[in-house]
Amino acid sequence: MLDLSRKFDVLVIGGGNAALCAAISAKRLGADVLVLEGAPKFYRGGNTRHTRNMRCAHDAATEILTGPYTEDEFFEDLLRVTEGNTDQELARLMIRESKDILTWIVEQGVRWQPSLGGTLSLGRTNSFFLGGGRAMLNALYRTAEALGVEILYDAEVVDLDIKDGMFLSATFKQDHGRASAKAATLVAAAGGFEANIEWLKESWGEAADNFLIRGTPYNRGSVLKMLLGKGVQEIGDPTQCHAVAIDARAPKFDGGIITRHDSVVFGIVVNKNAERFYDEGEDIWPKRYAIWGRLVAAQPGQIAYIIFDASVRNSFMPTLFPPIEGGTIGELAPKLELDPAALEKTIASFNAAVRPGTFDHTILDDCRTEGLTPPKSHWARKIETPPFLAYPVRPGITFTYLGTRVNKQARLLMTDGRPSVNMFAAGEIMAGNVLGKGYAAGMGMTIGSVFGRIAGREAARHATS
Amino acid sequence: MPRAKILAEADRLMTVCNSCRYCEGLCAVFPAMEMRRAFSDGDLNYLANLCHACGACYADCQFSPPHEFNVNVPRTLAIARNNSWRAYAWPQAFAGLFARNGVAISIIAALSVAIFIFGFAALTDHEVLVGVHTGPGAFYALMPHNAMAALFGAAFLYAILACVMGMRAFWRDIGAPAGMTTDTASLWQAAKDACTLRYLDGGGVGCFNEDDQPTDRRRIDHHFTFYGFLLCFAATSVATLYHYLLAREAPYPWWDLPVVLGTLGGIALVIGPIGLLLAKSQRDPVLVDSARSGMDVAFILMLLLTSVTGLALLLLRDTAVMGPLLALHLGVVFALFITLPYGKFVHGLYRFVALVRYALERRAMAPGAATE
Ligand SMILES: Cc1cc2nc3c(=O)[nH]c(=O)nc-3n(C[C@H](O)[C@H](O)[C@H](O)COP(=O)(O)OP(=O)(O)OC[C@H]3O[C@@H](n4cnc5c(N)ncnc54)[C@H](O)[C@@H]3O)c2cc1C
Ligand code: HEM
Ligand code: SF4
Ligand code: SF4
Repeated sequence: MLDLSRKFDVLVIGGGNAALCAAISAKRLGADVLVLEGAPKFYRGGNTRHTRNMRCAHDAATEILTGPYTEDEFFEDLLRVTEGNTDQELARLMIRESKDILTWIVEQGVRWQPSLGGTLSLGRTNSFFLGGGRAMLNALYRTAEALGVEILYDAEVVDLDIKDGMFLSATFKQDHGRASAKAATLVAAAGGFEANIEWLKESWGEAADNFLIRGTPYNRGSVLKMLLGKGVQEIGDPTQCHAVAIDARAPKFDGGIITRHDSVVFGIVVNKNAERFYDEGEDIWPKRYAIWGRLVAAQPGQIAYIIFDASVRNSFMPTLFPPIEGGTIGELAPKLELDPAALEKTIASFNAAVRPGTFDHTILDDCRTEGLTPPKSHWARKIETPPFLAYPVRPGITFTYLGTRVNKQARLLMTDGRPSVNMFAAGEIMAGNVLGKGYAAGMGMTIGSVFGRIAGREAARHATS
Repeated sequence: MPRAKILAEADRLMTVCNSCRYCEGLCAVFPAMEMRRAFSDGDLNYLANLCHACGACYADCQFSPPHEFNVNVPRTLAIARNNSWRAYAWPQAFAGLFARNGVAISIIAALSVAIFIFGFAALTDHEVLVGVHTGPGAFYALMPHNAMAALFGAAFLYAILACVMGMRAFWRDIGAPAGMTTDTASLWQAAKDACTLRYLDGGGVGCFNEDDQPTDRRRIDHHFTFYGFLLCFAATSVATLYHYLLAREAPYPWWDLPVVLGTLGGIALVIGPIGLLLAKSQRDPVLVDSARSGMDVAFILMLLLTSVTGLALLLLRDTAVMGPLLALHLGVVFALFITLPYGKFVHGLYRFVALVRYALERRAMAPGAATE
């Protein structure tokens, strides 16, 4: 049995990438570390279980990366996707430190591989975990355990004792009761609040009831809420999050990567009224996939349908759920609970607006519509080859951005602007510092590893000095 | 014919995995899967036999149970693999041996040993069976060399024939194009992959056995088993050549090639199977086709019995127990040979064939290869 009467140097709340990087980095500096993971062992590591890659800057190609990705280029990408909604100083720091993470994380047992089949567009910028996020996480856990980090599962933190910006102890669930742990420092790495539908409703309204949560059901934002309630400064907009359109047949929680759809650019997307509502061919898919969650969220009933025909059936990654089929549009529509006449009309006017061109989905090709609102600017081809196919989609929330404000030491800032004496944060719980909005694939893990490593180091220094 | 339940499950899993692909770097199964969008029974049997049961994709999967997607690739492919062997058995009349294989092998082995003992006893007089024989030709006091060679030669040829027929059935079932078996580059690649057990390493860290700590123990123990077996086989072959080409009769002195090869092989074939047996007893049941573990155990025990009786014969060949020991050893080896095509042994054959197919596919897909 773990002796909880002793005072730890560092208490880490959470069990994902950010938490484990913090725990390992603190332990390597000699700190006595306790990790409290709210989930059971199998579900340990929240959303990290579902990841596949990380975006790190590097000056030259490596065995697994096809070319250089400089700090400046990374920074420009970040400015572009966030439209400037980022703390530039922290962003620069993160990008600089990300270079070193490429090797540091390997020293912690994580292994890389070249980009997966179907993700070639990320081959230069993103490093993929061999075996995926759970393999990555298992490696971090093995390292942490070997170093002597104490880890408790099913240990959801339910209260924090904080006085004047100073952490004293945490109360957590254990077996059927409660226990408490004291530590000289705290690293909050408990993720966002994406699995807390009630909280999502506060800013999204009833629409949030129709959201699907792609990752762990355990990221309910309880630690975030406690911190914000105890004088920690908030950062970010509560409606900002990473959200994609995922299959409406996916489970409410934890459906993971395999419920996504990459077929939007190959067809059209209609809402419940069988009307199109956005340019499906605005830009290449890797640059646009992350706007479709919000777009669908804004539609009536938070549902939409990707409609395409047999000619493109095998043009994108295979999907978990098969497409819904109909020999004619009239036959397909009722299966989607759409008005057949309305759907026929939408497709007929789309087909009529399609101009001839040379199709190439890897570039911004010249297949477009004319005189149609909204237009389809690229990859527009008539939907005319039966069977007609459809995927129903709903907003799939990946993770939220609202979080706790930190400084360059990953130290929490209090509402009065002072840094907390002994509290730090890393990962989703502070993602809003660098991600005000938008997203570039692989940044979630970069934020977790970089700030996790910093938080662990700073916490250990504070506790052991 | 309705699709077997396990193939339907394998199909479901491959559909899940094909939309995920996180395990792509772990072994050959996932890249082979990615070359397909739909999976016929033959495709699934191919993937099942390509799987080396390293367990990595279970430990690394975010959807393994208790997740509702219930993804358990190692177990599903193990069951499908074991089922498939039944269908390839030649002649089909003996396919039933794959059911309750452990019992079947034990009975055949016991019968075989008994026949040798009674045979020796009946054909020679009592003194010969329990007597002390030394010097060249000592073994043949019990059984004339030609009889021994004929009997084992026939058993061996039969085993080869049955195995080849099985491999042919497999090659057809997985829809591999005819005539491609002669691609030497692919054969060489497959031979290297088989001899190093490239895909029994969980993508580099070692395979998963009792928990989520990877180890390379199973691969090392398999190397002992595999190379031990080959050394023993080489020992017998050299001895046969000595006999017919050089007219030199067994038993040979301890420093002679057949004995050196046999001793080294025998020792390896003790260490390896014991290690595999141990690993097996500790293996997480969630990863295996538990209904069929009797088949694995029977094969491991037969190998172990072969090596142990062989080594005992070497040590005690100058004593009175030589006769009974020889009968025991020959009985075990005979049973091992004739049951090779109807038990766990075939895993090596079908895996090898699957690796050849995989190497062919890889070469066809490689950059620079013609694409449509
Ligand atoms: C399907 C999917 C795919 C993704 N793919 C990628 C990708 O390829 N690359 C990328 O960079 N990002 C990806 N992301 C985003 C990425 O998962 C997150 O940004 C990242 O995992 C965040 O790490 P974290 O450690 O902050 O949080 P998490 O990994 O979510 O960990 C939070 C932890 O806190 C625990 N916790 C929560 N509340 C409490 C409490 N009260 N007490 C104790 N513990 C608590 C949770 O159980 C969990 O273990 C993906 C997300 C999803 C859903
Ligand atoms: C082409 C060559 C071979 C390959 C690729 C191969 C591969 C494998 C693999 C991957 C396993 C572990 C998974 C499983 O249990 O099925 C295994 C198990 C085993 N192999 Fe092989 N093998 C080969 C040849 C042989 C030979 C020639 C022998 C011995 C005669 C042998 C003996 C064994 C034994 C005893 C086991 C353990 C069974 C168990 O634990 O259940 N193998 N082999
Ligand atoms: S085993 Fe799991 S993680 Fe691996 S490819 Fe299949 S679904 Fe993905
Ligand atoms: S068990 Fe190992 S060899 Fe088999 S599919 Fe999984 S990772 Fe590949």
